[in-house]
Amino acid sequence: MQYIYGIADNSLILGQRLGELCGHGASLETDIALTNISLDLLGQTRSYYQYAATLLGGNATEDTVAFLRSEREYKNVLLVEQPNTDFGYTIARQFLFDIFHLSLLEALQNSQDETLAAIAQKSIKEVSYHTRFSSDWIKRLGDGTTESHDRIQNAINDLWGFTDELFHQTEADKAMLSENIGVDVMLLKAPYYKKVSAILEEATLITPQLEYFQKGGKQGIHSEHMGFLLAEMQYMQRAYPNMNW
Amino acid sequence: MKNWPLWEVFIRSKNGLEHRHCGSLHASDATMALENARDVYTRRMEGVSIWVVPSSQITASNPEQSGELFDPAKDKAYRHPTFYELPDELKHM
Repeated sequence: MQYIYGIADNSLILGQRLGELCGHGASLETDIALTNISLDLLGQTRSYYQYAATLLGGNATEDTVAFLRSEREYKNVLLVEQPNTDFGYTIARQFLFDIFHLSLLEALQNSQDETLAAIAQKSIKEVSYHTRFSSDWIKRLGDGTTESHDRIQNAINDLWGFTDELFHQTEADKAMLSENIGVDVMLLKAPYYKKVSAILEEATLITPQLEYFQKGGKQGIHSEHMGFLLAEMQYMQRAYPNMNW
Repeated sequence: MKNWPLWEVFIRSKNGLEHRHCGSLHASDATMALENARDVYTRRMEGVSIWVVPSSQITASNPEQSGELFDPAKDKAYRHPTFYELPDELKHM
């Protein structure tokens, strides 16, 4: 269960963040592109949560899993809850997550758990497109004007501190790995940084060098932004319990 | 982004059919125009293939000349192949 949260909550929270941009995107075209990505992620989240709900049994549904947990019970990484700030941050956050997400799903499709393997397999096409979209934009912004270059570099620098957490192994990771269900995230780390640096270099950007990284999301210790995000996301279910449409 | 050139988008809905014009969008170059077209115009499974063409490359007929261009065809019904007796077995004409 914790293992499913660890994967699915990333998609939910990033999907929610991107959803905030609906109608507020930088242009009509990027607005719709980012909200398409949001819907892809929420679709994936539904598959994971429906599976989680059947494992939980009782009255659990995908909605209770999505909306009725407290902040500490969400196991998403800190990276995905970071605010949209501007187009540069939105793209940088997307890029840093997409490269990881794709490699995670590629490994997860070999899971011994048939449901997780199937969800991963189905999601790969979507996430491949996300990766292409965000990587292209990294290059366009980096290799664009002085202004776009500085802003995307700034966003990459700021968000860099959240990348290391992607590869932290949790207790749930260890347990699932021993049953050949989970993915060894530590193995994804070296290829990730290699791929990311290559694209940054192509975008004429500098790969940040950091000694100290942020962590905590995977244990439910979130940044100050998470409470606001959940308040907005959960508002309807909290105000009108069991409401439907 | 307001300075980006305009592109016309053509979508082929099925293999075997022709590309049809479905709208326009802004993009800085052809690659981005294709990606934007994918996101803006094929979200509901509208297509299997996309063409994008810079709008500036399209030469359009002048609406002021539509009288001399199109009106003369109006009274020439004999140009429609509708005066033939078709055998009943012929279905799709």
